[in-house]
Amino acid sequence: MSAARILIVEDETPIRRFLRVALEAEGHLVSEAATAHEGVALAAKEAPAAIILDLGLPDADGITVLKRVREWSAVPVLVLSVRSDEAGKIAALDAGAQDYVTKPFSTGELLARLRGLLRDRAAEAATAVLTLGPLSIDAADHRASLAGEDLHLTRKEFDLLWLLATHAGRLVTQDMILRAIWGPAHAGDSQYLRVYIRQLRAKLGDDAADPRWIFTEPGVGYRLAEG
Amino acid sequence: MSEPRRPEPEALLSEARREGRGRLKVFLGAAPGVGKTYAMLEAARLRAAEGVKVLVGVVETHGRAETEALLRGLEVLPRRRVIHSGRILHEMDTDALIAHRPDLALIDELAHSNLSGGRHEKRWQDVEDVLAAGIDVYTTLNVQHVETLNDTVARITGVRVRETVPDRVLEMADEIELIDLPPDELIARLRAGKVYVQDQAARAVANFFAKGNLTALRELAMRTAADRVDAQLQEHMATNAIAGPWPTQERILVLLPEGAVGRDAIRIGKRSADRARVEWFVLALTSLRDEQSRRADGQDETGPALRLAERLGADISTLQVEGDAVSEVLDFARRQNIRRIILPRPPARPWLAQLLPDARERFLAGLTRRATDFELTLVGDEARAGRKRHAPTPPDLPHGLRLAGIVIAVVAGASLVAISADRLFPVLSLSLIYMTAVVSVAAYFGLWPSVATAVLSFLTYNLLFTEPRLTLHIWSRGEFLTLVLFLAASILTGNLAARLRSRVIAQRAIADRTRKLYDFSRKAAGAASFDDVVWAAVSHVATVLECESILLVPDEGGALAIAGAFPPEDRLEPRERSAAQYAFDHGEPAGRGSGTLPASRWLFLPLSGAERRLGTLGIAYEDGREPGPGDRRLLEALADQVALALERICLSEDLAQSRVTSETERLRSALLSSVSHDLRTPLVSILGAAEGLDQPGLGPQGRDILVETIREEGERLDRYIQNLLDMTRLGHGALRPNTVPTDLRELVGAARHRLRGPLRDNPVMVTIPEDMAPAHVDPILIEQVVVNILDNARKYAGPGTPIRISASTHGARATLAIEDEGPGLPPGASGHVFDMFWRVGQGDGGQGGTGLGLAICKGIVEAHGGAIRAEPVHADGRGTRIAIDLPLTNPELTH
Repeated sequence: MSAARILIVEDETPIRRFLRVALEAEGHLVSEAATAHEGVALAAKEAPAAIILDLGLPDADGITVLKRVREWSAVPVLVLSVRSDEAGKIAALDAGAQDYVTKPFSTGELLARLRGLLRDRAAEAATAVLTLGPLSIDAADHRASLAGEDLHLTRKEFDLLWLLATHAGRLVTQDMILRAIWGPAHAGDSQYLRVYIRQLRAKLGDDAADPRWIFTEPGVGYRLAEG
Repeated sequence: MSEPRRPEPEALLSEARREGRGRLKVFLGAAPGVGKTYAMLEAARLRAAEGVKVLVGVVETHGRAETEALLRGLEVLPRRRVIHSGRILHEMDTDALIAHRPDLALIDELAHSNLSGGRHEKRWQDVEDVLAAGIDVYTTLNVQHVETLNDTVARITGVRVRETVPDRVLEMADEIELIDLPPDELIARLRAGKVYVQDQAARAVANFFAKGNLTALRELAMRTAADRVDAQLQEHMATNAIAGPWPTQERILVLLPEGAVGRDAIRIGKRSADRARVEWFVLALTSLRDEQSRRADGQDETGPALRLAERLGADISTLQVEGDAVSEVLDFARRQNIRRIILPRPPARPWLAQLLPDARERFLAGLTRRATDFELTLVGDEARAGRKRHAPTPPDLPHGLRLAGIVIAVVAGASLVAISADRLFPVLSLSLIYMTAVVSVAAYFGLWPSVATAVLSFLTYNLLFTEPRLTLHIWSRGEFLTLVLFLAASILTGNLAARLRSRVIAQRAIADRTRKLYDFSRKAAGAASFDDVVWAAVSHVATVLECESILLVPDEGGALAIAGAFPPEDRLEPRERSAAQYAFDHGEPAGRGSGTLPASRWLFLPLSGAERRLGTLGIAYEDGREPGPGDRRLLEALADQVALALERICLSEDLAQSRVTSETERLRSALLSSVSHDLRTPLVSILGAAEGLDQPGLGPQGRDILVETIREEGERLDRYIQNLLDMTRLGHGALRPNTVPTDLRELVGAARHRLRGPLRDNPVMVTIPEDMAPAHVDPILIEQVVVNILDNARKYAGPGTPIRISASTHGARATLAIEDEGPGLPPGASGHVFDMFWRVGQGDGGQGGTGLGLAICKGIVEAHGGAIRAEPVHADGRGTRIAIDLPLTNPELTH
């Protein structure tokens, strides 16, 4: 993966320190900010390729930073949340964060998420067939096949799989799926989504109780495996 | 009395209490020197001759030869040596006595005070111990040492003894033998030096042994013994349910029938009781009707009479009778073993009125007829403030004017009807129209209006219809008969109607009182806190009795403080306060209308619970009047209920408090030990592994192990902290499930994904129908539940054992079950696994858990309105199944 500039906005020095070590080991360039104020300033000044943002900062909460940054930039943002703060996590996703990891997180998991954010699959897929291991999805003629077998997806099932696949490895919230496929009027109709996810799983040969492809983030959304 | 008499429970109880105890015999004397010890020894020798094992605990012979002679041949317990103020003295050795286990112990001088160092301060306490050990005791006592007689003796003789014996010890005696010696002989013995008198100056002795004193003391001793015999008899009667009276001491009852003043009767009762030296009772009869008329005219003679009786030392009771007063009175008298009944004579009435006997006369007649086994004494009754109560009284003027109007209108109406019927019917029939008017008035307005109607009707009839018309001239026999018939009808019907009306009023008052009491008990039952009960009490009392009310309870320091008042009041005058304090301290009413501090504006009643005094309830009327007997009784009934309600609340608050305290204590110590153990252990591993990484010569394999250790222990620490946080959130009730339809298969999948590392060694089998209806739960919280249960199953069942997850629906509920194949729960543990800090195999030997995981599950599941339980999988107790019931539909929608 090419070197990218990553901004870490986090007030805890030890966390910044090990993140820097891990990210630099991956070949990234790292900027650090310890406060919300500093974070917004660095995001503007250095135009990072991705931001790792802690939600609990000393001078303002992370959501504020996120909203300020979203005023001018669509830079991918990975939020660090704590487990007991489900509401903060969901608010951050609503405010435009792409994904989150829950503290304490494993460095491997964080790097995987970051990779998912940095890869622009939509751009990749605009001209080509999207391939995730044995799963290949052809946007032009709306066909998907698994290990060479055609999946016979309906129009909506294909749209759902395409949306998940273009965000493979990334969290896609229920809200986001419902708006994109059924339109803004259906943002709350999660029962549609459950039905289609179940059908899609059946066609993918995936087991909800022991998933291979579609992973559930309870109460938040879904994540497609990267292959 | 057709009802079979049952033995009184208290009598049976005291009998039972005595079983297994030794029997106490007291040799009672009037003064020292009458020969009590001698008599005791003689009796003991007789018993010893019968083969009874007699032991002399202590006998003071005072060097008298004939007494010492009696001691010979009896076994004497060695005395205990006590050094007191540098002198060697001897005391009875109670312990040795009991250890010796004789059949009968002789213990002289019951009133003796022990020197320090013994079991008890007083010898009678030692005697109680000996009796309790099942040993019979003979003892001696002079009447001057009986506590309640102490004052009397001091008054008679001018000598006060300090050593006293409580009356109950004497009451406890199974037998009392009076050792009597005529005063002259005693004085002779004193002169002969045969009487040992302890430490008393010769002069005082001479005074004490004056003949007058001795006579008085002798009578006192005889009376005490006789009283005791009487008490025994009463007890015997109660135990064997023998209906009284038995002619022993003639107890006296002063009976105040309804409407009597009775102060003279009370004074006579007191004099008779004093002369006979017997107990006396005052029994006041009331009925609701009586109370109401009293309340209406603001007069109450019975109250002061009863207070007089109270001051004169009578035992006072009030009996509310509505039916057969005579039987109730006789029943009371028989129960109290009364021989003589004194009651005030009903006031004389004109002979004509006596044709219709009033209530008191009827009562007296009934009593005379049926009280055949009692002596009845009738005494004069003072006039009741110049008015007769029970003859129907003419109505008051404004009311009277209205009634007069009604009477005239009715007679006028009857006349109109009669005039229009005049042509059609014979004159005599017309009188019946007037008769109808008379009867109607009697039925609706009572006696006096109907009498007036009768007279007026007669006059009108005479004036209008008898020849010559328009005069009142002619008096024929027939017309006189008409007048008499009119009057008779009016009196009969009027009386009947009045009686009916008063009965209705009485019934209504009873219903009203019952309702008021019931209302309060309902209010009090609903009150959840002490303050609620207090408020319910004061507001209810104030409303029901139309007065001010106040409730005082002791604060932590024991001082009475106002807990509530209606209308709200936060201070009391010192005089009122001392009345309240008196009521509280003595458990008796105090203040207005009582015998104590009657100048106080408030009347205070004590609130007594089963174990302690709870406080005092006070009422005061705005116009400063005394509460009437009806109000007083209602107040007493209310006070009882308030006391009950307060006690209930106090007890439940105490209970809840102690339960909360002990539970908090337990949790606190469990938390401390858990924190110290469970937080430290992972830290130790992490620090150790981190330092290990620094070691030179560490191979890549060793490095991997150390890194893995740090990671795993870090995760364990995180789980622990998360559990503590979750528990805190649950404990604060801050947890509100955000429920949405959730696919349980997905949820299980997510949980397994989160635990994929720890679960890698355990095969997991999931049987959840693909098309199962979604459960209505908070997915984030229930995922946590599943994670906790899976983690537990993995830890306790061990690696390699399979874990089965299944779900099914039952009606409106989904059941999710997670089973392991581990050793199972220890017997009796299934009730505890959801307790905080509980874990299988407590302490260091147990699995590295926090003891919080399942407690959190329980909290979360219950917050969903679900249930969680633990049970063995197999019949032999192996395997653990944790089953969770969750709602399938939105509970908010179904409600």
